[in-house]
Amino acid sequence: MTIVDVRDPADVLPGPPGDSVRNETRVVELHARLLDANDRQAALNRARLARLGIRALNFVSAPGAGKTTLLGCTLDALAGAVRCAVLVGDLETDYDARRLRRAGVPVVQITTGGTCHLDATMVARGLDALPLDGVRLLFIENVGNLVCPASFDLGENRRVTLLSCAEGEDKPLKYPPLFTSAHAVVLNKIDVAVALGFDRSAAVANIRRAAPQAEVFEVSARTGEGCEAWLHYVRAIL
Amino acid sequence: MPVHELILAESALKLALSAAGAARVFRIGLRVGTLSGVDPEALQFALTCVAQRTLAEGAVIDIETVAARGHCAACREEFALERDALLECPACGRPVTELRGGRELEVSRVEFSACHDDTKLPAAE
Repeated sequence: MTIVDVRDPADVLPGPPGDSVRNETRVVELHARLLDANDRQAALNRARLARLGIRALNFVSAPGAGKTTLLGCTLDALAGAVRCAVLVGDLETDYDARRLRRAGVPVVQITTGGTCHLDATMVARGLDALPLDGVRLLFIENVGNLVCPASFDLGENRRVTLLSCAEGEDKPLKYPPLFTSAHAVVLNKIDVAVALGFDRSAAVANIRRAAPQAEVFEVSARTGEGCEAWLHYVRAIL
Repeated sequence: MPVHELILAESALKLALSAAGAARVFRIGLRVGTLSGVDPEALQFALTCVAQRTLAEGAVIDIETVAARGHCAACREEFALERDALLECPACGRPVTELRGGRELEVSRVEFSACHDDTKLPAAE
C-alpha cells in the first residue's frame, strides 16, 4: 500500500514518551551541579575583584531589617578615608540606590524583575557598569530575602547577615542557611528593642547557635549605637 | 511557583538537554540533599514546567533525596541531620565538626533516545 504523508515534519510536536518509536535508550550518569554555572561566575567575580584590589561584602537579610540604613552609615563613616562602591539589588525601583548615593561613591542599582536574589551573573554585569578605579571596598546589598540568597555565591569576601529587633528572636533557628554561611551577623535596631519587648540576649544566643563561626555585632544603624565595633570590622577587611 | 526552584530547574534542564545532545529525553534523575535548601517537590514541578516545548517535554523526573550526616570529633559519633537542621551534635550540642553529604544539588542521570530526530515520523514507504 502506498501512504502519502503530507504533514510537514517540522510541524510534528513530540508526543508523550513511550508511545513513539523508542528503539534504544542511552543513559548518561553524571554529577552535574545545578549551581555550577553560578559558582563558576562567582569564581570569576572573585578573581576579578582580587586583581583590582577590591574586597567585597554581600549584605543579606529579610526585607526591612536595615541593610540600606546600615550601608548608609558605613559609607558616611568611611567617606574620605576609603574609596567605596555599591551594588544594590531589588525587584523594582532604584530607591535604595538613590538613598545610598553619596559624593565619591559610585552606586549601581540592579533591578531583577521577579528574581528573589542576586546571582553571580547579575553581579558581573553590575561590575561592568561601575567605575572601579581606586575602589577598595565593594558593598553588595542583596534582595531582601532570608532564604534564596544563601545558595548563590556572588564572589564576595564576606557575607554579612542582618537580623533586626523588629523581627523574631528565633529567626536564626528558623532560617539556618543564611546564618550558617555568614561571616558576620549584625543585630540591628537595638534602639527599639525595649519598646518592642524584644529579648536581645535570647536573639544573640540563637545567632551564636545558628552561626557559631560568625562575629556578632549589636547596633542601631539609625542612632549609631554599637557602630564603632562594626566599622572596626569593616576596616579590618581591607 | 517558587522562583528559587524555577531558576534551578532551568539550570537542570540545560544540563539534561546538553547531556542528551539533540535527542529526546525520557528520564532525568536528580540528587537533592536535605540541606541543599531546595524543596524536591517544588523542583520536580518546576522542571516539568520548564521542560515543556523542549526535547525533555514529558520526561519522567526522579528525585533521589540525599540525607545529611554530621560528625562530631568530640563524641566520635556520626549522626543523621534533619532537613534545614542546625549543624550541631545531638549528644553534646557542639557545632558539627564535619558535614558529610546533604548539600547535593545535581543532575545525576539522563536517559535519552539513541536515535537523533526521534521526533520525526518514519519515512513513508
